[in-house]
Amino acid sequence: MAFDKMELNDIEVWDGNYAAAQALRQAQVDVVSAYPITPSTPIVEGYAKFKSDNFVEGEFVMVESEHAAMSGCIGAAAAGGRVATATSSQGLALMAETLYQASGMRLPIVLNLVNRALAAPLNVNGDHSDMYMVRDSGWIQFDAYCPQEAYDLNFIAFKVSEDHDVRIPAIVNQDGFMTSHTAQGVHTMDDDTAFGFVGVYKPMNDMLDFEHPVTHGVQTEEDWHFEHKARQHNDMMSIVPGKIDEAFAEFEKLTGRKYNHVESYDMDDADVAVVCMGTSVETAREVAKEMREKGVKAGVVGIRVVRPFPFMAVAEALKDVKAVAALDRSAPGGAAGMLFNEIAGALFNTDTKLLLSGYIYGLGGRDLTKAHLVELYNELQANADAGKLLTQQQQFIGVRGPKLAYL
Amino acid sequence: MSEIKKIKNLKEFSTSADRFEGANLLCPGCAHSIIVREVLNATNDDLILAASTGCLEVCTAVYPYTSWDASWIHIGFENGSTAVAGAEAMYKALKTKGRLKQPERTPKFVAFGGDGASYDIGFQWISGCMERNHDMMYIVLDNEVYANTGGQRSSSTPIGSSATTTPAGSISYGETKNKKDMMGIMAAHHIPYAAQVSPNKWKDMVKKIQKGFATEGAVFINAVSPCTTEWKFDPKNTMHLADLATDSLVFPLYEVIDGREYNITYRPKNIIPVEEYLAAQGRFKHLFKDEYKYLIKEWQERVDANWAYLQRREEAKV
Repeated sequence: MAFDKMELNDIEVWDGNYAAAQALRQAQVDVVSAYPITPSTPIVEGYAKFKSDNFVEGEFVMVESEHAAMSGCIGAAAAGGRVATATSSQGLALMAETLYQASGMRLPIVLNLVNRALAAPLNVNGDHSDMYMVRDSGWIQFDAYCPQEAYDLNFIAFKVSEDHDVRIPAIVNQDGFMTSHTAQGVHTMDDDTAFGFVGVYKPMNDMLDFEHPVTHGVQTEEDWHFEHKARQHNDMMSIVPGKIDEAFAEFEKLTGRKYNHVESYDMDDADVAVVCMGTSVETAREVAKEMREKGVKAGVVGIRVVRPFPFMAVAEALKDVKAVAALDRSAPGGAAGMLFNEIAGALFNTDTKLLLSGYIYGLGGRDLTKAHLVELYNELQANADAGKLLTQQQQFIGVRGPKLAYL
Repeated sequence: MSEIKKIKNLKEFSTSADRFEGANLLCPGCAHSIIVREVLNATNDDLILAASTGCLEVCTAVYPYTSWDASWIHIGFENGSTAVAGAEAMYKALKTKGRLKQPERTPKFVAFGGDGASYDIGFQWISGCMERNHDMMYIVLDNEVYANTGGQRSSSTPIGSSATTTPAGSISYGETKNKKDMMGIMAAHHIPYAAQVSPNKWKDMVKKIQKGFATEGAVFINAVSPCTTEWKFDPKNTMHLADLATDSLVFPLYEVIDGREYNITYRPKNIIPVEEYLAAQGRFKHLFKDEYKYLIKEWQERVDANWAYLQRREEAKV
């Protein structure tokens, strides 16, 4: 029975979850192996409904845990076809072992990660602690700030991940609830155009080619393990950025929507800037605009490609800025936040004299308000004017009780 | 439909095309390689294989070598079953979509795991695969211990066995818990076919494996795998140990169809006392001290009761 195509309006009102589910349908994924968890559940529910209504020809396997979900994805990807899944938070934590296995086995898989806090205390709302937990897992990571981007970045993720020179799995992040459950206008592609962008899956080292048996998931010890891991990193650093550029360019040509490793907003003449991810980028843009009306030359840098981290692009975006805040939405657990560290790493050996401070915010879905950001920009301006940090290097914002500041 | 391979005698069997190479790192006398070869040689169909982390895995795919002349995958300790289930899902998807490279060929999907990977850490994954009734076969290479890591107890380790985490000592007779009834649990999933096999009864094994391959849906096989290293017997005696296991009825050979119909497939002409099976293995040596002899008596009673139970289930046909 041939599957049906779906007629879409040019602009649909979709939340981030449904946008991701639609992207999986249009990419004609061969196997989705998944397990539901809030707030990503509607992705697999949406996909299940597409399957029940004959809009999906591929297999949909609802397994008994997230670990099994990714295990099934790995088996399916090694067999030789397009594979995707979705999860959040505890689910990602449970599948963490298999994330390293998937990337180490060089299997293209797309994982929609709807960002949510990690317990304890148990919390279903959005922060980036799950994204941060797997930052060294060897996956490419994209970050979507809104439903439109959750839709678009799925196609880009398939394109890059499945490239035979890449063969590295990719995560598409979106904020739990703020993006995943907030309906907005999404510019769609028709089914043929969307599938045309990702194309028919081209297998490599596929187990189902019976004429060429392959062994996946071997043992290596001190003799070869390091070379495998080094090569994986080398490809992330040397090959993946260029492939992402190509995919972004091709996608822009097709849709007019332009993506960059680093999304700069009002950075050309900025004195002070906020670097952040997720829905906070949009809030920060609004506040930056208002700060400019008050005479503060404010800008925003959004990180679009979290891994491989765009060190050069970040350094370039921040080179003329006087004071920068790194906003990390994850409990740092006795260290600086991830963005603080990466930005510091990007800038340390450059000529910049900018003042870098780190802010921990929004844990467990706590709102980052415009008022928080106004105060933050004012602190940055004061730092810039004084030519030194007037606050401690790491501060918590939006948390009850006495002000928390360190270093 | 794939045709069932005809195997008339052991010589013919041992010389049929090998997709599992003799070049591997398993211990001399290890039953794993014998079982795997018996399984793989039972069919001429293409195979998609998986192994969970364990002896079989670490001894057969050490980069840059492989012992496998059929597609094979290892992910981790607990998920060999789901690896094959994922591959089976991909096969179905590509078949539907007309994208198989050799559409006329119908592969069999088989996952191997030790008892640690199956009775313990991978239990949930196997249960999931059986419940979803993937068209696959899961085979436990049951040596009743974590052999790959040096002999720790698993939930398959039988009572009285000395394992490194339940060692026999001045106040201990070793493992204190009964072996988990994995066959019963798997049968309770009401899968189309479950069977217990032993490498010494190769005709019985081949028949069951072929029956499993001909079955549409999930198949569970528990294979007794005497472990020279951890059971502590001379490597040349592997088949003798398997004989003692089946003929003492410690490992009765039977099958369960649809979770209900029990068939005993081997009835020893001379049933050997359990004591002889225990006496042949170093892991039970301490049970022959006077203070522990009651355990040997209890062993015999347990085996007798289980044999009676299986016969009643067989007769009942329910």
